[in-house]
Amino acid sequence: MVDIAPVPRRPSRLRPLFWGVGSGLLTLALTLLGLLFVTFIIARIVPIDPLLSILGERATTAQYEAARLAYGLDEPMWKQFAIYLWDAVQGDLGTSIRTREPVLSEVAERFPATLELATLGTLFGVITGVPAGVLAATRPGSISDQVVRVVGLLGYSMPVFWLGLIGLLVFYGKLDWVGGPGRLDASYQMMMQFQMEQYTGMILVDSALNGAWDMFANAISHIVLPAALLGYVSMAYISRMTRSFMMNELSQEYITTARVKGMPEWRVVWVHAMRNVLVPLITVIALSYAYLLEGSVLTETIFAWPGLGSYITDALFAADMPAVLGGTVVVGVAFVTLNMLSDILYRLVDPRAQA
Amino acid sequence: MSLKHASCRAVALAALLAGAAPAALFAETPADTLVLADAIDDIVSIDPHEAFEFSGLDLVNNVYDSLIELDPTKPGEMVPGLAESWSVSEDGMTYSFKMKSGVTFASGNPVTAEDAAFSLRRVVKINKTPAFIMAQFGFTPENVEEMITFEGDTVTIKTDKVYAPSFFYNCLTAAVGNIVDMKTVMANEVDGDMGNNWLKSNSAGTGAYVLKSFKAGEGYILEAREGHWRGDAKLKNVFMQHIPEGATERLLLEKGDIDIARALTPTDVAGLEGNADVAISNDNGGQIYYLAANQKNEALANPAVLDAMRWAVDYQGMADTILKGQWAVHQAFLPKGFLGAIEDTPYSLDIEKAKALLAESGVELPLKISLTVRNNQERMDIAQSVQNTFAQAGIELSLDVGDGATVLDKYRARQHELTLQTWGPDYPDPHTNASTFAINPDNSDEAKLTGYLAWRTAWDPGAMSAETEAAVAEMDEAKRVEMYRSIQERHRDDSAFILMFGQLQQTGARANVQGFHTGGAVDSASYWLVTK
Repeated sequence: MVDIAPVPRRPSRLRPLFWGVGSGLLTLALTLLGLLFVTFIIARIVPIDPLLSILGERATTAQYEAARLAYGLDEPMWKQFAIYLWDAVQGDLGTSIRTREPVLSEVAERFPATLELATLGTLFGVITGVPAGVLAATRPGSISDQVVRVVGLLGYSMPVFWLGLIGLLVFYGKLDWVGGPGRLDASYQMMMQFQMEQYTGMILVDSALNGAWDMFANAISHIVLPAALLGYVSMAYISRMTRSFMMNELSQEYITTARVKGMPEWRVVWVHAMRNVLVPLITVIALSYAYLLEGSVLTETIFAWPGLGSYITDALFAADMPAVLGGTVVVGVAFVTLNMLSDILYRLVDPRAQA
Repeated sequence: MSLKHASCRAVALAALLAGAAPAALFAETPADTLVLADAIDDIVSIDPHEAFEFSGLDLVNNVYDSLIELDPTKPGEMVPGLAESWSVSEDGMTYSFKMKSGVTFASGNPVTAEDAAFSLRRVVKINKTPAFIMAQFGFTPENVEEMITFEGDTVTIKTDKVYAPSFFYNCLTAAVGNIVDMKTVMANEVDGDMGNNWLKSNSAGTGAYVLKSFKAGEGYILEAREGHWRGDAKLKNVFMQHIPEGATERLLLEKGDIDIARALTPTDVAGLEGNADVAISNDNGGQIYYLAANQKNEALANPAVLDAMRWAVDYQGMADTILKGQWAVHQAFLPKGFLGAIEDTPYSLDIEKAKALLAESGVELPLKISLTVRNNQERMDIAQSVQNTFAQAGIELSLDVGDGATVLDKYRARQHELTLQTWGPDYPDPHTNASTFAINPDNSDEAKLTGYLAWRTAWDPGAMSAETEAAVAEMDEAKRVEMYRSIQERHRDDSAFILMFGQLQQTGARANVQGFHTGGAVDSASYWLVTK
């Protein structure tokens, strides 16, 4: 009898994917635990007294003590953390000390505004940054390379605060090309709240779903400037990274081979090299997206954009630690989730990672 | 190839911007809507019996009414609100209010004496931060049912002892005096909160406006009621946007995308000068800037040293430069506009006089003192100016800089030497500031009376404490005014406080906007008289 070796099964592309998701979830849990712990400790050791901000200067010692008990601040630190953790796992991020509203619902109201802005910003960054990086990499040392470098450097080094104000002054104040600060004009804002069905909290999506195209246009006119500003900053980063990845790829032997075979240059760059550049680039884009999702505080302040960044900052100034913690956790979840997604994408794109 | 793509993108972007432009061009405020911008993230609650922050009180003022109100056009003047008439008994301890008839809440429910009694009791029962304003009259959750009663169309309120009627009436004009719709509020009660949670996102009042939407840190929308007892509001809607950045507000105001900007900085106001489309109005605010000298420090307890310091501050110099438009020289503990406020400012920078007084005081020169100050641009600017002029007189100030909480902790623990602070009134009666600046029931460390500024700085006002107590019980209003004037003059010259500046409010409005009143130091903003 002859042993017949079984026909090797084609390795499933999905298994490593599941593995990726599984390990990703574990990383997510561990990262969040660490994040919660650090944020919690910081929140507790900062020399800010949240009770003072609720009770005001005039509170008597008795009122103060009563509030301390009511907010559980008399418990030992480890117990406070354990309680917080247990509640957080059940989806309860606590109650804002300032407004006494559930932090989760407050964050849920603010997050769509940030998500909308960050998504458009990233889109802008990718659409401009990747071609700019490729352009610079294919003509190193040329004028276009220098231009991309300088434009990128400006994006890095100019204070967003200044850029935002100048942008507003020029495009809104002088040229009248875009809408002013805020997500909509006053009249549309009121229309949005009272006459529209709100599905996602993202005005662009909601106005489109309602078929309110004039409102959609108004929302575009308001978002285009802050999104372009955020996009510019992320473009600076993406274009620099694309350039370096692309230059690295273009020096590889398979590129030389492709060129020798007489393949058109655009195909060499955009099909062959790009496929490999894409792998690290996905991570870069995901990181930059996550960075924008944290909510750019300064951009949100200048453009009166009611997003997560301004929520966390306002809470911080009011020593409203449950709100700060809650906001941070949501940002953390977004960050880790995006990382996980980029890992998955990375596996799909890179055949080596599927082995 | 790439270049071609880049130019395509540029064209696409330009098209996008151009497409968006028409929408932006039509961006002017709707004719029937008052659009305001302010920093409103201070709001903790819009329940009228809990609200205690400026922005929240502005909202409440337009949505609720109280028994007695302040006339927005004449700051400090009382006019009938939901009460048609009122009186006080001979013994000064029982007040009666006869309700107006025919007034309804936004819900359609008629306003009754029961609603009024319920509301005033509610303040005491839910016991939120501003409840102390009512508790001053001896109301407790236990006795309030007997102290505040109603019969027919009359509400009767008994106080625990005699108070100046003007004191009582002034306190009723504060937000805690607002009348809420009992039926609606109690229908939304959860866990015995008397509707507190529900009133954080809804309104149940008789005001000129009804709350349509409130989003913390974003803004609120009010809608005018038809057939309001005071006459209908001129504009149908009010839309308040949270825009904390002054420069952003300025741009919006210039473009006509908002009607009123309330968080402009002096730089923005200066930038708006000469713009015919915008009008800047100046008004008083309630805050007072002062220096407090700890009387546990031997040198600072020396009256000649304190006097020297009063002559060594460059009041006008600061008001004209670093504080321009934000603060004015003011040397008394009552803000302008308050009953009994005094406006004369006898002290000015006089280094020679200060030097002479210091020489006379017998302290060793240069005198070394630390000034505890909050790490904030404006306060640091003031501290540095004081440091400079004090040095010329022979006092070496070292700055002890900390964040707000640390500085406050030090002050409350009486661990400062000299400290730069601000104080704002809690309700529109002189007693609010007099009671904290000029009363100290027990100057010992153990007493821990941190609510009294006099205690915090270890100053014993002596007979002034009793005089201030007497002023709050004085039945004759003219006499009461005279008492506060006299107390303030002596307090200005002989206390441990150096009173320096009174707050100003600068509001930017489009030139067509008329009738906006900020309420000054005693009241909140009124929207119902605004036209455009």
